[in-house]
Parts: sequence; structure tokens; C-alpha cells
Amino acid sequence: MANITFLEAVAQAQREEMARDESVFLMGEDVSGNVYGSSGGLLDEFGPQRVLDTPICESGFTGVAIGAAMVGMRPIVDYTIASFMYLATDQLVSMAAKSSYMYGGQTHIPAVFRAAMFYNGGIAAQHSDRNYSMYMNVPGLKVVVPSNPYDAKGLLKTAIRDEDPVLIFEDGNLWGQKGEIPDEEYLLPFGQANICHAGSDVTIVAIAARVGESIKAAEALAKEGISAEVIDPRTLVPLDTATILESVAKTGRLLVVDQGHRTCGAAGEIAAMVAEKGFWNLQAPIKRLTAPDMQIPFSSALERGFYPDAAMIALAARELIEE
Amino acid sequence: MCAAVNFDISVWGGMSVDQSLLLEMYRRMGLVRQFDEAVQKLFNSGRIPGSAHLSIGQEGEVVGACMALREDDYMVGNHRSHGHPIGKGAGVNALMAEILGKSTGVNQGKGGSMHLADFSVGSLGESSIVGSGLPVAVGAALGSQMQGNDRVTLCFFGDGASNQGYFHEAMNMAALWKLPVVFLCENNGYGVTTPNNRAAALEDISARAAGYGTPSSIVDGQQCLEVYDAVTEAVERARRGDGPTLVEAKTYRYHHHSEGPLYDNMTYRSDEELAAWKLRDPLLLFREQLADSVAVADLDRMDEQVKQDIAAALEFAEQSPLPEPEEAYTHLYRTPVVVIEGELSNG
Ligand SMILES: Cc1ncc(C[n+]2csc(CCOP(=O)(O)OP(=O)(O)O)c2C)c(N)n1
Ligand SMILES: [Mg+2]
Repeated sequence: MANITFLEAVAQAQREEMARDESVFLMGEDVSGNVYGSSGGLLDEFGPQRVLDTPICESGFTGVAIGAAMVGMRPIVDYTIASFMYLATDQLVSMAAKSSYMYGGQTHIPAVFRAAMFYNGGIAAQHSDRNYSMYMNVPGLKVVVPSNPYDAKGLLKTAIRDEDPVLIFEDGNLWGQKGEIPDEEYLLPFGQANICHAGSDVTIVAIAARVGESIKAAEALAKEGISAEVIDPRTLVPLDTATILESVAKTGRLLVVDQGHRTCGAAGEIAAMVAEKGFWNLQAPIKRLTAPDMQIPFSSALERGFYPDAAMIALAARELIEE
Repeated sequence: MCAAVNFDISVWGGMSVDQSLLLEMYRRMGLVRQFDEAVQKLFNSGRIPGSAHLSIGQEGEVVGACMALREDDYMVGNHRSHGHPIGKGAGVNALMAEILGKSTGVNQGKGGSMHLADFSVGSLGESSIVGSGLPVAVGAALGSQMQGNDRVTLCFFGDGASNQGYFHEAMNMAALWKLPVVFLCENNGYGVTTPNNRAAALEDISARAAGYGTPSSIVDGQQCLEVYDAVTEAVERARRGDGPTLVEAKTYRYHHHSEGPLYDNMTYRSDEELAAWKLRDPLLLFREQLADSVAVADLDRMDEQVKQDIAAALEFAEQSPLPEPEEAYTHLYRTPVVVIEGELSNG
């Protein structure tokens, strides 16, 4: 066991997979310089071609990754900040997601696209996106949202070995968080939720950094005699609906916690799924806690309170129990 | 000539390599022309869903460029790409079946006219998002460079596509990394109804290559051999590891942007202009050029064979079954999406 940060876990996964399979390579802006901290040492070990610094052209270099994947390479694209993916979205949607389908299975795109969500840090509207929900709406993509170092490593290794385009949204607020990682190799399957805190009164489904906040809330609620079950879906596409539905069957109450915007968000999708398939098990209306449908302001005096924290989650859970 | 041979010479008994190459070019140009003529008829009779963009008039550059490649080289096309896979050596049966949305189509009925792709001959797919194939071609070339093979990627794109950011990003990366890619601009003068001179300040798209330190040339796209020679040189340069080249072929499409009545009464181009280009038809020009080296009877025989091949392709496509409705739900993912019920951990 080693106690390492989320970012170190990502770096380990990349290093191990690059050492295992020479078709795996890393590309993005400033990757060789390890500016963000997930590619340290890779340049020395694998050389400048497999740790490929790109010009600043997200749409172009995403197309390059896709073309390379078509001929047998396995690129890992590092966008650094998730907001920059918008430039690449044509390639992600029109090429990465559609090629396997549109060409009748003649090709497929085994590429990983990593993006960090840097919200809650005073970098204002254009750098603070939590945009995984947008890509859940694109069939052909897989969407991964790790919430701790252990998951970050295991899910990234699975993503690299997956034959399809996988988008990994890393929560920048978690990059420095430490966690236990086993010394032996492990991979985490997609489509398997993690029940982080078992409980029987209310189900809390939380995404990325909201998982930690929800666990804190569950611990606080436990002291008041409220038993909350916290579920981390780990992957939004595919989504482990069975685990969520089973939990709701037991608790009769669902709270979904999401740092993304409210409209057409992941929380709304999970809520709708439970409303459709688990309605008769519900004892109270489903509740969503999300960021408001508002742009992200710069001043921390303004941004504070935008993302559901432990206190807000606990309050919402209590309200659900009282309904 | 003879730099590259991407077909089976042995079938051309008694001919020199040059002669057989010329005849194969002629055959493929004929196939591209007659394929599109057949598509036009199918479209007019209401048999083709959606749209069809024909390259009648452009066969010289389509085939000239493709024939400069090796069989194991890659090629990326666009929305106007029935001919590109044919040029690259694809069989016409599965292409025609795809046009009709049949299960035997190259894409099993999932792509259609704008997305024909035959990966078995290195045709990496046509993308109908204008310009989006450019970086994908650069990526295929990067893959070849990383894998240490000497495959070259040929990327077709239109004059209209050259105004997308993709073009500039692709040129820059290809030049920067000295990638084995050849950019072939099919400058047919228009993007839909907008003439090039109302979309770009410079007349020649090739002039832009200088901005990326990349050599370029302008060729007469109606002269198959001129295109072949320029692309052969570019392919050799790419294979040597010296990086990309931009070849601009000046050409013309006889049909409007796409089939159907939409463009019937449009005046964006004149009848005189069209008539002038038709005098320089790439098939006619090529036939004239071949007169010295190939017997006219051989050319006629070839025309007849192409006619039969297209008829057989139509027959094949017509007879092929439509895909079963449940096929709409296949091929989205290669690694199946399975949901395994959650595990309990302490987070
Ligand atoms: C991104 C995008 N914008 C617009 C279109 C609609 N469209 C399809 S083809 C075309 C013209 C392309 O012109 P050019 O690149 O010169 O190719 P050509 O059709 O002349 O062969 C346009 C505007 C599209 N398919 N994709
Ligand atoms: Mg054009």
C-alpha cells in the first residue's frame, strides 16, 4: 500500500500502461514539461514522441489522436482544463463517437481524453466547467468521473485498455487529495458503482468531489440517527443503474448531488432514470442538489455556495426524510 | 511513371508495366464516372435516401492521386467521395450496396453516400463535416511514423474546406512533425454555390503552404497523369521522411453541389463556364493521351468491362437484403458496455 495523491495515481496509471503497451502515448500541451503534474518522468522514460507536446490547437490535435487510433495507436490526450474541450468537441462528437458506428464496425477509436475540472478556485466562467453531462448526451463516448486516487488509477488503466473513446473528467479539487493504492496492479471495471457508505434511510448518488462531501454528510447524519447510503457511479456512461435502483428500493428516497449545472445534467438523468424505473419504491419526491444554472463568478465571495457541500447535502437529506 | 503500382499487374498479360498502369488508371476513372452516373439514376428514381454528392468531372485528380499510392497506404476522403475509395482500389459492389443502404454495404448500411469507407484498401473513412478529415489524416500519418512503417496518408479536401481552422492546424502539425502525409486540395471552384473568390482572399490555396514551410504545387486536375506525377513526387518525399506536401488540383464538378432539385435554377455559375470545362473532360483527355501507347480497341474493351462491372454492382446492391432493424443497435461500441452491479467499499 502506498499513500499517494490523485494526480500521482493518474501519473502511475499512465506510466504503467505506457510501459506495458508501446502503442500507448500521451499528447497535449506542455505534457513533456509536466506542467500540471501528471506526466513527471515520462519524457525521460519514453522519449518526446510518446510524450508528445502539441501546438495549442485542441480541435486539430484531437483529430490527430483519432487518426492515430484508427491505425492502431492508443493515444491519451490531456486537455488540461476541461473548458478547452469545447474546441475539440466537433472531433469528439463527429469522429470519435461516430466512427465505429458510421463505418459499420470497420474501425474503432481506442483513445482516452483527460480533462480536469478546475471549478471552485476563482478562475471564473471560462475555466470552471464541470461539463461531463454534455458528453453523456453523445452515444459512442464513455464518461468517467473518478472521485478518489484509487478509482482514478484503476479507471484510467481500464480506459486505456478500452477499445472505445473514453472521456475522463478529473476533479481538480481532488488532485491533491491522498488515498491508499495497492502495490499490485489493479483495474476497475466500467459500469460498476461504488457504495461508499452503506445506509438504509436515504440514497445519495454523488459525482466526483461531491462524493467526499456526501460521505461527510452521511457521517454527520449517522450521529443524528439517519442512515444514508452514498453511491459513487464512477462511470456515468455506462451507468450502473441497478445499484442505484436497488438502493432506492431499500431507502425509498433519492438525493442526487452534482457540481454540474442543473438543466439536462447528470443529476437530472439519474433522477429521471429512478423516476421511470423505481417510482413505486419512492416515499418522497426525488431531490437534486446541483450548481445553479448560472455562470461561474470570479470572486470567491460570489462563487462560494455554488457547489453542494456536506452541510447542504445533510440538510437536503434531512428534508427528504421529513417529507 | 511506375513509381507505385497498387494493383495486380499479372492480370495485364503481355503489357508493359507502364501500359498496364495507364490502362488501370483509365479503368478506375471509368468506374468512378459510371458509378456516379448510376448513383444519379438511382437518386432520380427516388431510391437513395438523403443526399448524393457526385464527382463527375473530377475523375482525373481522384484517380491520378490515388494511383500514386501503394496498396497499404492510407487515404481520407470527404462528403464527395464515391470515387476516392474506387481510386484506392475498393470493389464497387459493396460501395453500391452501401449507397442503397443494404446490409452488404461497406458500412453495412450505417454510413451511406457521404461516409463510404473501405478500410480493407486503406480508405480510412469519409467525413461529411467539412474539413474534419484533415487532422485525422495527419493522425494516421503520425501513427505510421510512430510504428516505424513507411506508409503514406493521402488526404483529399475541397477548396471550401481549406477555410476551416482544421486545414491550418493539420498543415502546421504535419510540417512540424515531418509527417508522411500528402494534402490534395480538390479545388473545383465552389463550396456549394459560393465561388472560391468570395470565400478566400487568395486565388491559389497552395500559396498557403508557404506559411507552414511546406512545398506545394498546382496541377491541372483534368490531366490524370499530371496529378499522378505531382502526387508521386509528394508521396516519395513523404516516404523518405521529409514531411508533407500540398498539391492543389484545379478541377470542376459538372453537377451541382448535390443531387436533387434544390440547385436547379441557381445562377451561381454560367452555362458557358460549364461547357468550357466539359471540353476538357478528364476521361476524354486521357483517352487522347493514351492513343500512342494503348490500342483504341483495348480502351473500348475496357469501357465495356467497366459498364458490366457497374451493372453487376447495381445487380448485387439490388439483390442484397436490407439490414435487420436490430442492426441499428450494433457497432456503437467495440468494448461492450456492460453494467456490473456495484461493489461495497469504504471509499
Ligand atoms: C462543418 C460543415 N459546414 C457546412 C457543411 C455543409 N457543406 C457540405 S459540403 C459543403 C461545401 C464544401 O465545399 P468544398 O470543401 O469546396 O468541397 P466540394 O463540395 O466543392 O467538393 C458545405 C458547406 C458541412 N457538411 N460541414
Ligand atoms: Mg469545392
